[in-house]
Amino acid sequence: MISVRTLCKAHGARAVLTNVSAEVTKGETIAIVGPSGGGKSTLLRCLNALDTFDTGEVVIAGVTLRPRSGGAGETLRALRTRVGMVFQQFHLFPHLTVQANITLAPRVVRNVAPAVAARRAHELLDRVGLADRWDAYPHELSGGQQQRVAIARALAQDPEVLLFDEPTSALDPEMRGEVMAVIRDLAAGGMTMLVVTHEMHLATEIATRVWVIDRGGIAEDGPPAQVVEAPKSQVAKDYFGRLRK
Amino acid sequence: MAVCAAVGCRSADPASTLAQIRARGVLTYGADLQGGEPYLYEDPKDPSHLLGFEVDIMDALARRLGVRAQMKQYAWSNLVPSLQRGDFDIAMNGLEATADRAQQITLSTPYFVYAETLAVRRGAPYHTLADLAGKRVGTLNQTVAHDILRAQPVEPVLYEGNEEPYADLVQQRTEAVLLDNIIARRYGCIPSKPEVVCLDGDVALGTYVIGTRKTDPELAKAIDEAIAAMRADGELERILRKANLWDARQTGPFPEVAPDAGVRARSFDFEQAKLFAEGAGYTLFISLLAFLLAVPIGMLLAVARVYGGPLARGAARVYVELFRGTPVLLQLYVLYYGLAPWWSLGPVTAAILGLGLNYGAYEAEVYRGALLGMPRGQTEAAKALGLGPWQTLWHVLVPQAMRLALPPMTNDFVSLLKDSSLVSVITVIELTKRMTIAAVDLRGWLVPGLACALLYLALSVPLSELARRLERRLARDQRPHAL
Repeated sequence: MISVRTLCKAHGARAVLTNVSAEVTKGETIAIVGPSGGGKSTLLRCLNALDTFDTGEVVIAGVTLRPRSGGAGETLRALRTRVGMVFQQFHLFPHLTVQANITLAPRVVRNVAPAVAARRAHELLDRVGLADRWDAYPHELSGGQQQRVAIARALAQDPEVLLFDEPTSALDPEMRGEVMAVIRDLAAGGMTMLVVTHEMHLATEIATRVWVIDRGGIAEDGPPAQVVEAPKSQVAKDYFGRLRK
Repeated sequence: MAVCAAVGCRSADPASTLAQIRARGVLTYGADLQGGEPYLYEDPKDPSHLLGFEVDIMDALARRLGVRAQMKQYAWSNLVPSLQRGDFDIAMNGLEATADRAQQITLSTPYFVYAETLAVRRGAPYHTLADLAGKRVGTLNQTVAHDILRAQPVEPVLYEGNEEPYADLVQQRTEAVLLDNIIARRYGCIPSKPEVVCLDGDVALGTYVIGTRKTDPELAKAIDEAIAAMRADGELERILRKANLWDARQTGPFPEVAPDAGVRARSFDFEQAKLFAEGAGYTLFISLLAFLLAVPIGMLLAVARVYGGPLARGAARVYVELFRGTPVLLQLYVLYYGLAPWWSLGPVTAAILGLGLNYGAYEAEVYRGALLGMPRGQTEAAKALGLGPWQTLWHVLVPQAMRLALPPMTNDFVSLLKDSSLVSVITVIELTKRMTIAAVDLRGWLVPGLACALLYLALSVPLSELARRLERRLARDQRPHAL
């Protein structure tokens, strides 16, 4: 489903990603963890071309991304309908209702009939537990509810891969659970997901695999039982040690 | 006394105006340079020096009183009220003797006999004023010609300068121009305007006189005597001949003072109220359409400046600087008169286009600010959902930017509502122009001014209330946070 080959990216003289290679198969949930500034978010953003990279190649959901491929409208459109993204700060459209937030992209990008898009939006809202809030505006919702709408919005494009960039970091602890429940549900449904997170719970119980990213590279890559419980690298040991405290 | 001279007080001083004039050695006269050639105008070689047959007459007249003449610049249609207020000693600038003026001020013996002359386009099927029923006929505001036109079933089109009526006649924006023969021969039927012909036969005869305050009989008498003396010893003829204005009409007998045509409003009655409402209608109509034009122009310019390539950015910037950096009055003149030979617009169309193009530049900056204020996350979220650049703009950024822009846009609209008064220079009679016409007719600014102010408020207050509600509805999430 995803193949990352020798990805490198630098901001000026500072290397952000150094020679990252990885494979993800369909249905996997990857928890991407590691210290701040290690390149987790940048790697994620390179996967749907919100960031460009300098060398290497990404093949994701059948779309091949090459270095510095910022433009190429048709490729980007294909990529982004197949790869959904959920942001730390939700980024819902404040001028649109929940339903309009969810139906905008299907209607505009894929020309789905409004009635069809609306029906699908209601299904998705039901799935994230917000069936009754379809006509609310984002500012009327709690942070947890907004993030669940954002997930429904990403799902409305029927993506093959979902990318999460710290989906619970901006939430109060009591709201993280409701978002985690949705992610757990998606994992159970077989969605391929990459989740940048600091949630131990997600890494140990939902993820099929954990990547520890540090200084622009994947320091450790394996099932939770191995990476979390018996880390080999010093960075993973330090990281999980801090989280457990 | 020094203070008195400085502030120009009159009735408080026991000495008569004539005695004051003699004491200070200067006779001040109100006139309008916009009247231009041949009345009075600045010497092209030395703009501080005035030329014109009226300047010559004034110099001769002052010399006969043993003083020096000094011109004071006033808008022509306000010469009488300004004279009454005491801003200058006499009014002298193509002032026609009318029964109406005779009631307000003392009129001197004539110094010139003019004829109202009808000018039409060559080959036009009009021979008299009666042929022009229902047609647009140009003239100058507050002239006898204006009164004559108001008494006829024609549509008077009002100008403030001598060039413009004939320019519009050539452009077929009017069917005829009725003005004094001096103006017609100097600006209308001239070799450089072969399209214009002046019809034979005087529509009316009248006289130019000098106006003095009713409280200054001594001065009036002195002026009458001076003019009579100039006429008797041939100086007046010499002056008029020099300006090529001497004709058989000048030897008399002089025509009667033009009778009151009964066309001027005497009180702020229902008819006036209707005219004011019509003026307010024009103001609102022009402002609304101009703003509807300014919004998309501004949006396009803002998008070009924020997201465009170097060429689009540069072009948008030039547009904004050009239209924002030059007076809208100038833009209206250029659009209506300047471009007329190639692109002849109707006055209302030109007004809407001129104001729309100008306000587009201001709106562009409002939207540019709003677009720059959009959080980056909105663009990223739209991109991540597969929206292209134009879709992102149209569905995500522009609607949000418009919400942010609503308060400054309301500001601009109210401002436009008032700026729309400038379109009277291209002959549209909107609210402010209607007020100035009524003020001269009614000889007072207070009632027409109040009516005008009330109507402007009646237009702007509901609009800002509407904008406030719209803002509340659209910007639900943009309530102010407590400090």
